[in-house]
Amino acid sequence: MDTLTQVRRIWKPIVFLLCLVPALLIVTDAFELTGRLGANPVEEIQDRFGIWALRFIMITLAVTPLRRVTGWNWLARFRRMFGLFTFFYVLMHFLAWLILDQGVLLSAILEDIVERPFITIGFVALLLLTALAATSTNAMRRRLGRRWQTLHNATYVIAVLGVWHYWWQVKQDITEPLIYASVLAVLLGARVWWQWQRRRKQAIAYGS
Amino acid sequence: MLIKKPADIRPSEITSEQNYLDRRTFIRAGALFGGSILAPSAMSAVVPDKRGAKLADIGKSPFSTDEAPNSFEDITTYNNYYEFGTGKSDPYENAQEFDPLPWTIAVEGHAEKTGTFDFADFIKPFDLEERIYRMRCVEAWSMVIPWVGVSLAEVVKHFKPTSKAKYVAFETLNDRTRMPGIRRGSLDWPYREGLTIAEATNPLPILAVGLYGQVLPNQNGAPIRLVVPWKYGFKGIKGIVRMRFTEERPETSWNMAQAREYGFYANVNPNVDHPRWSQARERRIGAGLFASKQPTLMYNGYGDEVAHLYKGLDLRRNF
Repeated sequence: MDTLTQVRRIWKPIVFLLCLVPALLIVTDAFELTGRLGANPVEEIQDRFGIWALRFIMITLAVTPLRRVTGWNWLARFRRMFGLFTFFYVLMHFLAWLILDQGVLLSAILEDIVERPFITIGFVALLLLTALAATSTNAMRRRLGRRWQTLHNATYVIAVLGVWHYWWQVKQDITEPLIYASVLAVLLGARVWWQWQRRRKQAIAYGS
Repeated sequence: MLIKKPADIRPSEITSEQNYLDRRTFIRAGALFGGSILAPSAMSAVVPDKRGAKLADIGKSPFSTDEAPNSFEDITTYNNYYEFGTGKSDPYENAQEFDPLPWTIAVEGHAEKTGTFDFADFIKPFDLEERIYRMRCVEAWSMVIPWVGVSLAEVVKHFKPTSKAKYVAFETLNDRTRMPGIRRGSLDWPYREGLTIAEATNPLPILAVGLYGQVLPNQNGAPIRLVVPWKYGFKGIKGIVRMRFTEERPETSWNMAQAREYGFYANVNPNVDHPRWSQARERRIGAGLFASKQPTLMYNGYGDEVAHLYKGLDLRRNF
């Protein structure tokens, strides 16, 4: 088997199952089989899905820089899967809030989305992410052509909104949001740096 | 060189001959007196120096709610006590090693009786009472907690505040070697809280020394913490080492950290939202995964006892 076949046949299914583990643990913890959700399970479920959503968007954004640094081009094969898992965890985070926390009480939900800025930005991030998930198929990619990349650059915006959403709801201790903000700064910073390097090289090549 | 000091005070000058002859009677009287201190009496709160020990002679209170209390586990594993970390389970995990005793409480400021008191002496003059209170956290969750404590009003009266005393300020222990959360600097230590004298002499607030009939667990603020049931939980300062009667309104920790979000009064109020979340409803801990939130009550349901304290006060501005 060549590397790409190996990735598709063996590694992709394994990584797919691994990505599901955090979600499965929430379910098994809820039944107290593997652990516990603690005194406030509703909050715990929302927090865990939210944190994993942030982790998955960081993992998604790490694919390209890691590929560049290591030269492992097969990493690109996992990017869409990680992106879709980001969407999955954000959606579960949203549904946990909608159903368990708010009890599908429409007035409270609308009030929260409109009046609480940290919920507003979280909701905007979810809408953007839904658009990216819907256009993630090969067929959509072909149909959208060059506009596909422009649309999918929204990933960067979503990541910033996600960290901001987390930062804004913390009461006082910003240590954890700061960690995510730092990782995101490195991942986005690397792209800015490479972009700048490329422009400079081009400038030198054209002698201007 | 040997310096010999003359024996200028003779033993007979210290103890008279009559007292010397009556020494056995004196010792017997002392033993009886000591016995009367140690024997349980209505006006003598005793807290054993042992983790989880049962408290004796606990009176009932008409202020207790008949709502079902939360489990001991919920109350002792889901806490906000930033001196032991900012996560909800951090206090439970990080306060196990903490040994509160010996503990002293300094009473200072505008009062006739001031000084530094050993914890046992501090609470001895008062009655232990069980108070089952609702506790509403500013984070929009709530519990029902069976505290054991002494009436704050009685404590305040005991120290005889002067007419200059308009507020009572409290401080938490600030010991970075014993409290790992302090090293992280999430708040400006020591933790500070305060009440007006009128609030402090209302019959509801207590200084809690126990929970579920046992010695107060460390993560809940051992050995002594404030409980003010009509205010958000953060007013209930834990691990109190200082109590000061002041003329000026004291600085309070969460107000110092975010004045826009946390006021001095911090009365539970469903009509005044926290800038970042609604205070209209609350999640009752222990109600289960699919239980809906319940409406938050004005003054956490203690309006009959305390609403008069805030007559004429704009609660929207004085949140």
